[in-house]
Amino acid sequence: MNIADQWATISVLWGRDLSRFLRKPSRLVGAFMQPIIFWLMIGGGLTSTFKIAGAESLNYEQYFFPGVVVMLVLFAAIFGTITVIEDRHEGFLQSVLIAPGSRSALVLGKALGVSSVGLIQAIAFLALAPMAGFTYLSIDWLNLFFFLLLGSVALSTFGFALAWWLDSSQAYHAIMSIILIPGWILSGAMFPINHDNVTLSWIMSCNPMSYIVDGVRRSFYDELPLGTTVSNSLLTDLLVVIGFTLFSLVWANVIVTRSK
Amino acid sequence: MSTPLLEVRDLTVHRGDLEVLKSLSFEVKEGEIFGLLGPNGSGKSTTFSVLMGLLPAVSGQFFFNGKEVEGGSKALLRSMGIVFQNPSLDQLMSARENLEMSAKLYRLPRQKRRDRIEELLRFSDLIDRADERVSNFSGGMKRRLELARSLIHDPKILVMDEPTTGLDEGAFQRTWRRLLRLRKERGLSILLSTHRPEEAAFCDRIGFISDGKLVVCDTPSSLQSQVSGDHLNINLKSPEQAAMILKSELQLEPIITDGQIKLTADEGHTLIPRIVEVLPQGSITSINMTRPHLGDVFLHLTGEKLAEESV
Repeated sequence: MNIADQWATISVLWGRDLSRFLRKPSRLVGAFMQPIIFWLMIGGGLTSTFKIAGAESLNYEQYFFPGVVVMLVLFAAIFGTITVIEDRHEGFLQSVLIAPGSRSALVLGKALGVSSVGLIQAIAFLALAPMAGFTYLSIDWLNLFFFLLLGSVALSTFGFALAWWLDSSQAYHAIMSIILIPGWILSGAMFPINHDNVTLSWIMSCNPMSYIVDGVRRSFYDELPLGTTVSNSLLTDLLVVIGFTLFSLVWANVIVTRSK
Repeated sequence: MSTPLLEVRDLTVHRGDLEVLKSLSFEVKEGEIFGLLGPNGSGKSTTFSVLMGLLPAVSGQFFFNGKEVEGGSKALLRSMGIVFQNPSLDQLMSARENLEMSAKLYRLPRQKRRDRIEELLRFSDLIDRADERVSNFSGGMKRRLELARSLIHDPKILVMDEPTTGLDEGAFQRTWRRLLRLRKERGLSILLSTHRPEEAAFCDRIGFISDGKLVVCDTPSSLQSQVSGDHLNINLKSPEQAAMILKSELQLEPIITDGQIKLTADEGHTLIPRIVEVLPQGSITSINMTRPHLGDVFLHLTGEKLAEESV
């Protein structure tokens, strides 16, 4: 395997996704405005009724802020990988499949491209952190970037594997509606885990997205408000997110290299 | 006898329980244009997909320059320039950017990349619109760019799956002028699949593919000679009366279709003056003769009609 060939494929796909994102003004405006509207509307609507036992002073806009950051990388992963279905049969990916780089390089290039788009949107949204009551200096940027990077690579490769495996936009939309979006809602992004509801708390504990949200949420606090995370420790978050990333990478590689 | 550039031997492919390619064998010589002619669903695209490694084969071998290679192996792919049946361009990018991405995939050095892109943009008459988004291009321009993209790494053989589908007559002729120029100037071999007899006529040799089998393989003229008779079409004022005269005077078997007399006869060109002579003066408005085209030969040899596509 020639490393230079692999890097050529990775860099072309990476650059392509970034370039496509940055050159469409309508997409840029939508990408930056949509999370702000979403955060302000839902945050503003629920702030008066939202209370967490033990952290009553926490307002909903602040609680919801890390969840919106993760939503951005999830949505970028979904919309960035659903295009793979058409692209591999009637688009540019056909020419990548016959190029010297391997299919694993194709997975990685696409994952990095889609992740970068998600990260740009997330970073732009993070500029609003003071509006949620966080100061820039109080944020643990290294931890935040680490979880966002791993989380977006995990979600992009997971989305990529799904798209390649399903090979149907309708099926992908169905999975998005019944697994990916509910997965984000049940990740602690919108509401914290409720241990009284056994089924729901079990689903939230098994959901890898919960640990991405937890890891991101921890970056905003020196002392985390009680009851706001699914896991008990940063180490758990770290291990689950690394595990999810590895699983997604392996799965995507297996799906893409085995399929013809 | 020289070694063929590409040889496909006994290729068999299954899709589920269905055998879609049945021990298919053919070869493409250096500098040759070889076409697989067959209707949609006959197995042409499947053959190409296996060659590119996009579909698995049950059995079969590929040889490139006499050396056995695996379908879709990087060595084989590096030697092939591929024009897909479906578009493979990024519609949001410009022509130049599309070529730039392909050149990077093949790791062309920066200066060579720049020169090659300029050369190909000129070759495909897209230099004036090089920085325009591909989505604004006409079908013909997109096909030209696809062709340019497939040539970026200077391949030895061009593999084209239905290269002129959807092109009008002008674009079709221009595409073929370009392909013939490529073969002449670079000695490039071309393997193509088509369901259009008029396209197959440009090939040096043609393989008729029907139901996953190669029925016959020969030059267009040899194949055409297998169907005897020229087609004569006569337009005239009273076809019924003329048909009776042709039957009685020249012992022909005319058929009247849409007010036109149709005849099939050997050496049609010698028959035309005799027809003009026996029919009443001034009754003929036009008379023309056509040689049987490859679609007629295909029908004759396989019993199957090629899908019509007018250009």
